[in-house]
Amino acid sequence: MKGIGLAKGLAVTLKTMTRRATTRQYPDVEPELPPRTKGVIALIEENCTVCMLCARECPDWCIYIDSHKEEVVVPGAARARQRNVLDQFTIDFSLCMYCGICVDSCPFDALHWSPEFEYAEYDVNDLLHGRDRLREWVLTVPAPPAQDANGAPAKEQAAAEKALAAAAAKAAAQAEAGTEDGNGRM
Amino acid sequence: MPIWLDLVVRVLIVIVAAFVLPLIIGQTEHKVMAHMQGRLGPMYAGAYHGWAQLVADGAKFVQKEDITPRAADKPVFKLAPVISMLPYMIVLLVIPIGPGNGWVAQRLDIGLFFALAVLGLGVIAVLMASWASANKFALLGGLRAAAQLLGYELPFVLAAASVAMAAGTLSLSGIVEAWRPWWLLWQLPAMLVFFIAGLAEIRRPPFDMPVADSELVFGYLVEYTGLRFAFFMLAEYVGIVVIAALTTVLFLGGWKGPFGLDAELGWLWTIIKVVAVAFVVLWLRVAYPRLRVDQLQRLCWLVLVPVALAQLILTAAVKLAL
Repeated sequence: MKGIGLAKGLAVTLKTMTRRATTRQYPDVEPELPPRTKGVIALIEENCTVCMLCARECPDWCIYIDSHKEEVVVPGAARARQRNVLDQFTIDFSLCMYCGICVDSCPFDALHWSPEFEYAEYDVNDLLHGRDRLREWVLTVPAPPAQDANGAPAKEQAAAEKALAAAAAKAAAQAEAGTEDGNGRM
Repeated sequence: MPIWLDLVVRVLIVIVAAFVLPLIIGQTEHKVMAHMQGRLGPMYAGAYHGWAQLVADGAKFVQKEDITPRAADKPVFKLAPVISMLPYMIVLLVIPIGPGNGWVAQRLDIGLFFALAVLGLGVIAVLMASWASANKFALLGGLRAAAQLLGYELPFVLAAASVAMAAGTLSLSGIVEAWRPWWLLWQLPAMLVFFIAGLAEIRRPPFDMPVADSELVFGYLVEYTGLRFAFFMLAEYVGIVVIAALTTVLFLGGWKGPFGLDAELGWLWTIIKVVAVAFVVLWLRVAYPRLRVDQLQRLCWLVLVPVALAQLILTAAVKLAL
């Protein structure tokens, strides 16, 4: 039957008109971003060991890392230790495709996603952001979402509990041994 | 009041109406269309819900470069936007808002005939614009528009003839005076045919095949810029006012309201009815996709013309029986 579609269209549009518009007026009203929004990548320098995993995993090679080695003399040690010191950590956000592989591949939790997205520039070259800028964005990184109450416990938590149990068992065994031969140091 | 002053005042009112009413309709379209699609529409211009958006658009159009293509037929090209606007302004002259001589710019005994004749000029403006543009898209759009406008002229006139026959007069005021509420039912097919054909006459969606922006890149408007383009847009929106007003006057009883007081509140009833019909025009644009060229012609010749002819027979039969 012709005209049914027209009637449906008229009904739908009229119904929509009586409802509130879904538009959010962005520059005036901050958008509500979902957790784990991929806005920009932030760097916690202290955690970085210059292992270069992120730079090597990056699909479009937009991470530039430079470092040098420093000797750390530890008193009482047989010889001086060597330590990597970060000189440059730059991400070219004009190349970055926001895949997040660098964040996932970092074994030391130095890289984090920040929901910050208002860093557009007039010049492409200005999208090259160094360590200072990456550090500023650390402040905007949200706290990790709480552990799901019904989920499996976190790996760290399970490991800590296991270590705690082992320590308790060891202490108990030692205490038992001490009472037996009476030579316990406690 | 001397006769010349009276004349000047009436003409001025019509000119102001022809430039202000389309802006109001256009702004309403922005807002109604947006909310029907779950959007907000313009919100910044004029600070309060974007009320000045069309004023801002007008200022933008004035500043744009006025381009005339080198191959264009320059005088015709430049004249076409004015010709497109003119018939609608002239029709506004004879549309009565309320009863008596004070509520119509020019009372005319053959008002309906005059209005239909002048509205037929629209096709000339389209052909002028399309041919003078020296552009293939413009020519395609213009020929489509010519086929559409000439085709829909027939049901348009036949439907209007039905109500003129029922009222026994060609005067628009006379038709409203003769109108009775039960005509709503009697003349319903004619009203639908007149409204649909009117939509096609002003090339409003879903009958906007000649200007189809997604395939003909705006058809006969393709070479127009700035103020000339704005004039074509303005003509479209005055067209909405004219079609809504003619539908109101011919089929919805014009200034006649449900509680009497027609002499005092007649103008308000007319405006309410015109706004309601104009709302339906905007509503259809949001709700229905564009008709293909062949569907458009089939609707005209196989549906509207037979319905209009049947309505004429019905009108004549009822008129003779009474």
